[in-house]
Amino acid sequence: MRLSEIRDLLACEVFSAEDQLNREAKHGCASDLMSDVLAFSRAGAVLLTGLVNVHTVQTAYIAEINCIVFVRGKRPDESVIAVAKEKKISLLGSSYSMYEACGILYQHGLTSTMQCALNHTSPKRA
Amino acid sequence: MGKPFSHSFIVEGRNFVQAGTASTKIKTMLKELGIDGGVVRRVAIATYEAEMNIVMYANSGTVVLEVTPEVVRLNVNDRGPGISDIDLAMQEGYSTATPEMREMGFGAGMGLPNIKKNADDLRIKSTVGEGTNLEITFRIN
Repeated sequence: MRLSEIRDLLACEVFSAEDQLNREAKHGCASDLMSDVLAFSRAGAVLLTGLVNVHTVQTAYIAEINCIVFVRGKRPDESVIAVAKEKKISLLGSSYSMYEACGILYQHGLTSTMQCALNHTSPKRA
Repeated sequence: MGKPFSHSFIVEGRNFVQAGTASTKIKTMLKELGIDGGVVRRVAIATYEAEMNIVMYANSGTVVLEVTPEVVRLNVNDRGPGISDIDLAMQEGYSTATPEMREMGFGAGMGLPNIKKNADDLRIKSTVGEGTNLEITFRIN
């Protein structure tokens, strides 16, 4: 799915790399936990998240995710946008909730990037 | 690539503003060296996890990158609390992260297991009260 289609489906505002929206997203992933994005995503995904900080952009760069959609109306600040511009990562913002945004993209054929073991056990805390 | 290549980076503990800088530089360097994209992604993810562990838990640390025609190797050394039970720390979901770390999207207990998943070899040495050393190797071919 083209990033421009994601922008249109989720009625997004574009914060960076608007000229790169002709790129394709191969899959979708959604998380506020960057640890999980690093562990379970694949290259070429779009990331939906409510976490608006520079680590989200760094994580995307490391994991070869070239588009982030901030959900629930979250807006990145200028320092986050500057890093995204430098890394050519398209930052989009949508008013939809995470659940709704995922549902819309899934309904239009964008499948999940997350490769999770079905027998994943509950986390333990120290 | 031809000649062996090496570069070292200093990572400051608790400096969340600079966190990720070494990893992003390493990723760019490996791309410039013409290393296979799949290997670059695995190294970048493992480096980022290791760098975030230094930032979150240690006072200071270094990341040394070595590239030969056969392997990419990372030597990550920190001065910090060390790990008392390495087997437990290797379990997905086990974490000693603070709420501040979790607010930034980290501390889910995936760091060391994810380094192991992405590496071809991982050796961990740790002394409680002194620090931790990771030697992480990735085969290029």
